[in-house]
Amino acid sequence: MSAIQTWTLIFAILTFSVYIYIAYASRVSDTAGFYVAGGGIPAPANGAAIAADWMSAASFISLAGIVGLAYNGYAGGVFLMGWTGGYVLLALLLAPYLRKFGKYTLPDFVGDRYNETARLVAVLAAIVVSFVYVAGQMAGVGLVFQRFLNVGTTTGVIIGMAIVFFYAVLGGMKGITWTQVAQYSVLIVAYLIPAVAVSAKVTGVPLPQIGFGQILDELNGLQADFGLAEYSGAFTQISMPNMILITAALMFGTAGLPHVIVRFYTAKSVRAARYSALWAIFFIAILYTTAPSVAAFTKLQIIKDLDGTTLADAPGWFNTWSDVGLITAASGDPVSSLTGTFSYTDVAINNDIIVLASPEIGGLPAPIVGLVAAGALAAALSTASGLLLVISSSVANDVYFKKINPQASEARQLMVGRIAMGAAIVVAGYLGINPPGFVAQVVALAFGLAAASFFPILVLGIFWKKTTAAGAATGMIVGLSVTFAYMLWTLPIYGGSAGILEIPPTGIGTIGMLINFAVTMSVSMFTKAPSQQMQDLVEEIRYPGRTKLVAQHAEGEV
Amino acid sequence: MDDQRRQEYWRKNVRLMAVLLSIWALVSFGAGIIFVEPLNEITMAGFPLGFWFSQQGSILVFVALIAVYVWRMDKLDAEFGVEEVEQEVHHS
Repeated sequence: MSAIQTWTLIFAILTFSVYIYIAYASRVSDTAGFYVAGGGIPAPANGAAIAADWMSAASFISLAGIVGLAYNGYAGGVFLMGWTGGYVLLALLLAPYLRKFGKYTLPDFVGDRYNETARLVAVLAAIVVSFVYVAGQMAGVGLVFQRFLNVGTTTGVIIGMAIVFFYAVLGGMKGITWTQVAQYSVLIVAYLIPAVAVSAKVTGVPLPQIGFGQILDELNGLQADFGLAEYSGAFTQISMPNMILITAALMFGTAGLPHVIVRFYTAKSVRAARYSALWAIFFIAILYTTAPSVAAFTKLQIIKDLDGTTLADAPGWFNTWSDVGLITAASGDPVSSLTGTFSYTDVAINNDIIVLASPEIGGLPAPIVGLVAAGALAAALSTASGLLLVISSSVANDVYFKKINPQASEARQLMVGRIAMGAAIVVAGYLGINPPGFVAQVVALAFGLAAASFFPILVLGIFWKKTTAAGAATGMIVGLSVTFAYMLWTLPIYGGSAGILEIPPTGIGTIGMLINFAVTMSVSMFTKAPSQQMQDLVEEIRYPGRTKLVAQHAEGEV
Repeated sequence: MDDQRRQEYWRKNVRLMAVLLSIWALVSFGAGIIFVEPLNEITMAGFPLGFWFSQQGSILVFVALIAVYVWRMDKLDAEFGVEEVEQEVHHS
């Protein structure tokens, strides 16, 4: 066993033991604890949990590579701004009001504010979006185990499933939340240490966000030598209108994702929900401002390391990753097909290895590499558990309790929730071991679908009392179908059409959202206004503190 | 709170949101995308400014916007006397 494997194993066992201990300490015995941790999580902890929930295997493992390699710097800004800007919308437009409404799930709000048809559409959308997402997380766990511990992907996924099963089934939202707090700590430390070390080594500035500026000139120059577009140059990959559309789709999609929204129900109060959003964006910003620095530093190092090298004297990291097929010749052939000297532009480097390989590329010792592997596992497991909770609560609360057996006792609901959780974990594990080919594509598109379906009807439901059930249901269905149809039409694996005005499938969600807004508003104007009582209820959720109607509604008396 | 006070509270809340969301759009879609080319003419600490906004600046501004929101809403709650009851928010 190599030193890297030993250290990875040590960190994996250490962190997993912590998660299991936390799970045991925070086990729950009622549905409020299982669904929303009893609504009693302090804001900083809730913020850290939201951040861990939000930052998936994709943020941790792939983001820097996507920004630096696939999107050549500037264009990667769509992800950096898109995946953080949504929190401003969440904090200002949704979090405080949804918390005041005081239910368990996103479909709960949709169903109570509108009607049962809308609830069903919401349940379906929430489950589909969550499953698509969770498959990607499980695959991420498999990747880390395979690369760092040399065990098969299947074994890796099963170990991940077992851990999640233990704390999610036992502790529900409470167990998940406290575990996520620990997972956030692991993943942020693992992300920052190599970033700080590399920045200090290359520029002498230990703050990667500042050191980043010192190397841009050099990076732009090197890229120009290879005939590549400037790293910091605007619109070299994506046009201005498409930059706007994609960024907006990711922002509004973030504000419409069920597993993020549900986290605000776990806050203690309306004020705590606002503070949770603040802590969440703060914790997320630490990683999201570091990621573009890691992207630039690693790319610079890669270009330098590979400048006119030969296979015989290629750096160690090059061999490690070409062995597992994540570095190939630019043609797609194995690197063994490279003859004589070669450089950066002669090889194709997978986005996913930038972060995992950054300690090695930066020449950091084995324990750091092991820590990064544990961080990647934390990122994947924390997001997976949050998504699994959305699935299980949608099934147990919105389908079983609200539709099938409204007389079900607490204990029975809790049992159904736990069984649904167990079943969801098994399905997620299966999808992780056998990922359908379209998963990677669909994960990026989930945001567009969430933007086009949930965001408009949530905002209108709070800010415009006259929004009717018919309006919301029509808006959701039209927005969703337009977006979905356009994606099918333009995605390379289906139609591959150029689409209209060259709008990419990742940007269409913004258009779908605008259509949803327009349809919901016009239909609402021509249908019977909601009952006076519903309008009064909407009025009441706009103010913090206990108010009569909302309290009665929460008790099920209205 | 009586109806009039409620409307006053809501009006102030909406005005705060409008200001913050305008800044949100100006920084991300404005400085980070639409005006990125002219801003890139200016260089600060090695960063072309437009590029900096799209990769660092907008994220930092987002944090600041939510911080201002939380702080102003606390003040607003205190002004309208709804802050003491916040512990009592129900959960079904």
